[in-house]
Amino acid sequence: MDAAHAHNGHGHEAHGHHYTGIMRWITTTNHKDIGTLYLVFSLTMFFVGGLLAMGIRLELLQPGLQFWQPEFFNELTTMHGLIMVFGAIMPAFVGFANWQVPMMIGAPDMAFARMNNWSFWLLPPAATLLVVSFFVPGGATAAGWTLYTPLSTQMGPGMDLAIFALHIMGAASIMGSINIITTILNMRAPGMTLMKMPLFVWTWLITAYLLIAIMPVLAGAVTMILTDRHFGTNFFNAAGGGDPVLFQHVFWFFGHPEVYVMILPGFGIVSQVVPTFSRKPLFGYSSMVYATASIAILSFIVWAHHMFTVGMPAAAQLFFMYTTMLIAVPTGVKVFNWIATMWKGSLTFETPMLFACGFIFVFSMGGFTGLVLAIVPVDIQLQDTYYVVAHFHYVLVAGSLFSLFAGVYYWMPKWTGHMYDETLGKWHFWLSMIFFNVTFFPMHFAGLAGMPRRIPDYALQFADFNMISSLGAFGFGLSQLIFVYVVVQCIRSGAKAADKTWEGAEGLEWTLPSPPPYHTWETPPVVK
Amino acid sequence: MVSNAQANQRTLAKLLVVAAVMFGFGFAMVPFYRAICDALGLNSVIKADAVANTQVDAARLLTVEFDTNLRSGLPWTFTPLEKSVRIHPGALTQVTFEIRNHSDRAVTGQAIPSYGPPQAARYFKKLDCFCFTQQTLAPGEIKRMPVVFVIEKDLPQDVNTITLSYTFFEVEGKSKKAG
Repeated sequence: MDAAHAHNGHGHEAHGHHYTGIMRWITTTNHKDIGTLYLVFSLTMFFVGGLLAMGIRLELLQPGLQFWQPEFFNELTTMHGLIMVFGAIMPAFVGFANWQVPMMIGAPDMAFARMNNWSFWLLPPAATLLVVSFFVPGGATAAGWTLYTPLSTQMGPGMDLAIFALHIMGAASIMGSINIITTILNMRAPGMTLMKMPLFVWTWLITAYLLIAIMPVLAGAVTMILTDRHFGTNFFNAAGGGDPVLFQHVFWFFGHPEVYVMILPGFGIVSQVVPTFSRKPLFGYSSMVYATASIAILSFIVWAHHMFTVGMPAAAQLFFMYTTMLIAVPTGVKVFNWIATMWKGSLTFETPMLFACGFIFVFSMGGFTGLVLAIVPVDIQLQDTYYVVAHFHYVLVAGSLFSLFAGVYYWMPKWTGHMYDETLGKWHFWLSMIFFNVTFFPMHFAGLAGMPRRIPDYALQFADFNMISSLGAFGFGLSQLIFVYVVVQCIRSGAKAADKTWEGAEGLEWTLPSPPPYHTWETPPVVK
Repeated sequence: MVSNAQANQRTLAKLLVVAAVMFGFGFAMVPFYRAICDALGLNSVIKADAVANTQVDAARLLTVEFDTNLRSGLPWTFTPLEKSVRIHPGALTQVTFEIRNHSDRAVTGQAIPSYGPPQAARYFKKLDCFCFTQQTLAPGEIKRMPVVFVIEKDLPQDVNTITLSYTFFEVEGKSKKAG
């Protein structure tokens, strides 16, 4: 089974790939190929977004303006956010869904294979629009990734390009989600009941529902910006009877579920990795499913905690404060279940487990700062400071990104048929973990002391914290090059991986050869 | 797979309906937001306030300052005829503002008021204001416009000065047609 993509002898002409080279990738409808495309795309965008982050930290290394004009700095922060959220994290999780969902539920492919191809190939043009927008007159949008009005209704043509990019990515995301839901609901192997599905599949099912509910709302919001900008409507224009605060409500109705879109599949990956390396089944499987669903439902009624300072009645502030705090309960259920899974397990700490443990530890810290920010009077003090920046990087980098790394190290031997270099993987983990904290921990202090976010210059008392953060960021950025090396080396020349790579691994994907043949589960397995 | 194809099509159709409904929901939030603001009395700064029978608190004197701003390159000048007034809470007061169009085209603008300190806003009742409607000025036209207001006497004791700040925004959709 060394020939990963051999199609001889499969006898399915309709599914066989007829092209080679680049055309194979452009025309592919195979879920494994498309999963690979998603992962390569998101890794590329991760480095583009990372480069912008390096630009931000370079300017903040010292007080004063050394490298960029303030306008360009704002473009850097905006595009860093947009590219990391829509270009790196979300497509990476969709890549995992493409590779893993059919293999884990015993389906031969995704439900709508051609639509799957299309939803991937919409992404590169959208990413190109975002990157090209740096070079149009006025530069890229500098309104922040939240695109608040009236900034976003005043920017140059770069804003229009960003709006079109979001439209395209939203459409791609909706199609991808429809595909995932349909595959999970209709194409499970006989005997694979919903409550027997691996938790990764469960989290993606719930995430896909979230995406279908919120991406159209974002599309609506940016469409309203577009018509306000060019077609004389006044949705957000105070002079014409609109209201800029309305945009914040519409945006965060999308935006808060969106942050769970970026973390729930990560919960799923960690829920696969932790039992494997604890050599115990997952503790509290059904409570994990219910907790995931609860988080998803609650995420629709907390959005205004992002906008406590724009003015709302005290009753509304209390409502959004309490519902936000309520989310800590199902999240706590998850964290305790992971720890209970590890309890008295025979633990080993290969790279996926290291990243999963790092995830649990650092994500929980980000969760706690989130609870602090949920408190209205504290939030009014900390709104738009570096404390908020520290908070969401703890949940997005140490949360989403570390769970993605855990997933890549966990399943890469299955995907490629080769083992990665365990020593280098551990180096990658420890350097990432240390430099992540060096970068973002001091931001808590800078924020508590009052340093505002999205500003290229700062008062002298923040100089030390910022230099530590910047040096940590450069280290974090360089550490990610190890990851690229490990992946390339694994694909090209790693040692042969066993079919069941990890001793404690459970699930249908581990009953397949490593690497799996191009078409799997054409005869569905029977799950007892 | 063939037996699945129809079931998949049905699921696809249902999910597309959900996506379409949610796209509509994004736009439905616009009237919904207005309705909530009206119901709760929020954001009603450019509507006439109803004032109940008020008594003048002659023992207390407040300073009301007027501030004027222009946005979006509006080719106007905009000034209050008095920079500030000293009044008693509860007293009906009228002040006048002047706008002048310096350009050779008709321009429509909308004024948006704001208050400093913000907590004074709910005690500042405007009975008449040029901000209740859009103002259109012919080329070179000068217009004097009144603001009639009452400050309710239960204004917190620690507020002695209120700044009423108006910003005129150009209403672009209108001026393009007019010009």
